[in-house]
Amino acid sequence: MRSTKAQAVIVRDGNTLLITLTGDIDHHSAKRLRGEIDGAFYLHRPKRAVMDLSGVEFMDSAGLGLILGRLSRAQELGSKLTLLSPSPRVMKILDLAGAGRFIEIRQNDGKGA
Amino acid sequence: MNKRIETTVKEKRKSGRPPENLKNEMRIELPAISINEGIARAVAAVFISQLDPTYEELADLKCAVSEAVTNAIVHAYKNTQGYIYITMKISGERTIRIEVRDKGCGIEDVKAAMQPLYTTDPDGERSGMGFTVMENFTDRLYVISHPGRGTKVTMIKTLSDARNIKGGD
Repeated sequence: MRSTKAQAVIVRDGNTLLITLTGDIDHHSAKRLRGEIDGAFYLHRPKRAVMDLSGVEFMDSAGLGLILGRLSRAQELGSKLTLLSPSPRVMKILDLAGAGRFIEIRQNDGKGA
Repeated sequence: MNKRIETTVKEKRKSGRPPENLKNEMRIELPAISINEGIARAVAAVFISQLDPTYEELADLKCAVSEAVTNAIVHAYKNTQGYIYITMKISGERTIRIEVRDKGCGIEDVKAAMQPLYTTDPDGERSGMGFTVMENFTDRLYVISHPGRGTKVTMIKTLSDARNIKGGD
C-alpha cells in the first residue's frame, strides 16, 4: 500500500502559473503545499493559474480546502484559477462540495469537464 | 475515567471469546500528529484488503479514515498532545466497522458540526466537508461526543460481494 509524498511543482509561463500537484494531499501535506503555492502567487501575481491534478493519487477534504483556499487567494490577486485533469477519485471529492459550480475544471483534452 | 475504560477492555480480552461472526479485529493507537493521517490510512487499507474490496470501496474507506483521524488531530486535540484510538472489525460476511476515538475537547453541537461546509476555521483553508465525506463514503456514520472528554466516530460499511462482481461461477 503505497503512500506518496505530496509535491507541488510550480512553473511560470508568461502570465500563467502552472501548479502541478502530485502524491497524497491530506491535512499533513496541505500545510506545506499552501505555503509553497501562495509564495508563488504573491511573487508572480499571475493573470491565470492552472492547477494540474492529474498526478494526485489521494485527496481528502483537506485537499479540497487547499484548492478552495487557493481559489480565494487567486481571486484576491485578480487571477483566474482553473483545475486540470482531476482523476475520478479527486472529482468525487470536488463534486461533494459542488466545486464545479465555482471553479473551471478542464480535462486534458481541452474540453470542459 | 481512563482507568475504567482500560479495565473494561482488559476484561473483555481476558474473558471473552470474540463474537461468533467476528472475522478479524485490529486496534491501533497513534499520537495525534499529522504524519499519522497517512499512516492510519495505509494501515486501514492493509486491513480492509483482506476482504478483497473494489478499488472504489478501498479508496472510499481510506478517505473516510483520513477524515476521522484528521478531525481528531485538528479539532479534538487542536495540536496538543494526545492519542487516537482506532479499532477496525470485520463481522458478518463483509461488513467492516471502523471506530476512531479521541480523548480531546469534544464537540459541543454534533448536529451542527456534521452539516456540509460547517467549519470553525475563519481563514477558509478548511472545506468543512470532513463529516460529509465520511457520511457519503460509508453506509452508516455515528458520532458520539462528550465535551471535555472526547469523541467517538463509528463508520460501518458492507462491501459488495467480490465474487458477484468478478462474475466467477
